[in-house]
Amino acid sequence: MKRLSRSVRRAGFYLLLAAIVFYALFPFYWAIVSSFKTGSALFEVEFLPRRPELENYVMLFVEQPFARNILNSVIVAGGATAISLVLATLSAFALARYSLRGERAVLFGILIVSMFPQIAVLAGLFELIRALGLYNALTGLILSYLLLTLPFTVWVLTAFMRDFPRELEEAAIVDGAGPLRTLIDIVVPIVAPALAATGLLAFIVAWNEFLFALTFTLTEEQRTVPVAIALITGATAYELPWGRIMAASVIVTVPLIILVLILQRRIVSGLTAGALKG
Amino acid sequence: MTAQPARSLPRRELGARRRRAGWLFLLPMLGALVFVGGWPLYRTISFSFTNATLVRLGNSTFIGLENYLFLFQDPLWWRAVANTLVFTFVSVGLETVLGLIIALALNAHLPGRGLLRAAILIPWAIPTVVSAQMWGWMLHDLYGVVNAALIALGVIGDPWAWLADPALMMASVIAVDVWKTTPFVALLILAALQTLPDELYEAARVDGARAWQIFVSITLPLIRPALMVAIIFRGLDAMRVFDVIYVLTGNNENTASMSIYARQQLVDFQDVGFGSAAATCLFLIIAILAVMIITAGRVHVPAAEARS
Repeated sequence: MKRLSRSVRRAGFYLLLAAIVFYALFPFYWAIVSSFKTGSALFEVEFLPRRPELENYVMLFVEQPFARNILNSVIVAGGATAISLVLATLSAFALARYSLRGERAVLFGILIVSMFPQIAVLAGLFELIRALGLYNALTGLILSYLLLTLPFTVWVLTAFMRDFPRELEEAAIVDGAGPLRTLIDIVVPIVAPALAATGLLAFIVAWNEFLFALTFTLTEEQRTVPVAIALITGATAYELPWGRIMAASVIVTVPLIILVLILQRRIVSGLTAGALKG
Repeated sequence: MTAQPARSLPRRELGARRRRAGWLFLLPMLGALVFVGGWPLYRTISFSFTNATLVRLGNSTFIGLENYLFLFQDPLWWRAVANTLVFTFVSVGLETVLGLIIALALNAHLPGRGLLRAAILIPWAIPTVVSAQMWGWMLHDLYGVVNAALIALGVIGDPWAWLADPALMMASVIAVDVWKTTPFVALLILAALQTLPDELYEAARVDGARAWQIFVSITLPLIRPALMVAIIFRGLDAMRVFDVIYVLTGNNENTASMSIYARQQLVDFQDVGFGSAAATCLFLIIAILAVMIITAGRVHVPAAEARS
């Protein structure tokens, strides 16, 4: 009797796991399937396309500047990530290793900035970007994305750098190395894995951003991928080209998923570092 | 944390040098945040007291609290406030419950746990706009797979208009948000669960405690800090929701959040003064909540990502 109830519970548990996996993966699977369907096949529920076609993928690049959109996203997300990592490494080193007066105030301020609703800075940023002549330009987006990527990279890197063994740093000081030398030669190589994880998270934040990109760009050529995908239109205004939207979705998601799978351990530690250690 | 300078150097001189270097290191980051955060926020608040429009941002006139008075008389604004609160409470509530279930399931010792964890990371990595479009297609009233499945199972007779029926729109938007952000909550809880020692459970089990009792009296209190962090962070994030609603249902009043309302005024109607007043209200609500939580609860909120 006891054994039976145990195996029933075991079956129930595996059923739960299967449900979780199905719930997490099915929407993406359905996007992949739909992206290979064209015409009337799209409107039939088929779990494997009978005649898979690449038309949606081809049209995305022929009829729209989708390649350009991808390049834009890479430039913008890469630029914002690179700048954030440099600025955040410097400040995280100071925040984690030096006991500065006002350190708590700085961390508190960063925390508040990270909670800013984007809409609250939209008008002011629009004015700033236009005054700098960066409206409809990728540099304008890089600039505005610092608001999203910088607070969180500082926070996570500070948490990581607090774990750094003090002795190594002291040895460098005794050797006469200045603070910048110590940071570059000793600290950065050791926290490099944390930098990679934090950088990836920042890249994803910038890659996925929508509101600023929607507001600060005008032409199709300057759009980033999320805006391009949100604003894809078909031959008529009443008919959304779902197959093409799904193809675009698959293209931008696959690289992210591969990165996440490769670096998943690091990502989890990066996501939780701020929360549990902070 | 007190600095322990190397003994061979004069303590005071080293301290002063380090402080100078420390502030020099902080300066570029602080400058950047003031430039792209502090200043634009100040300008938005200033705009909210003027009649600025998108075409004449520069030469606007001060009109005092007029924008705010109009805002508080607009039933659509209060509708947006209500929508935002419903969205926040329901989606964060569901995410917490589902996140707990998923985290507990993944915490069990079983082969392929890494793969399972990777699977639940996928919704989190997908851009919000993409997940909204994917679900928009699945929830399509005529050709969507959700209607097809529910009809085949006999749950519903006729297809439901998930994204057009006023009674269903908010539920659909919440369902998409829950799918996308539950992994974040689950991962935070899972990380907390994995810090708990196994001996704890064994001791309880020896005492004859049931699984449910162990969960309520041992597990839950121990992961409470992580759970609170996840809830607070998700709650503040949900208050400013924009992407998922904008892509799924546009500016429709049945789902419009405060951010959607403010952006529509700012950009679509080009009324920068009025839109800024709405944006400032949202900022004040979030700022007051955040300061209350951080100071009163003494909870450290992560600046980690969940924004996308």
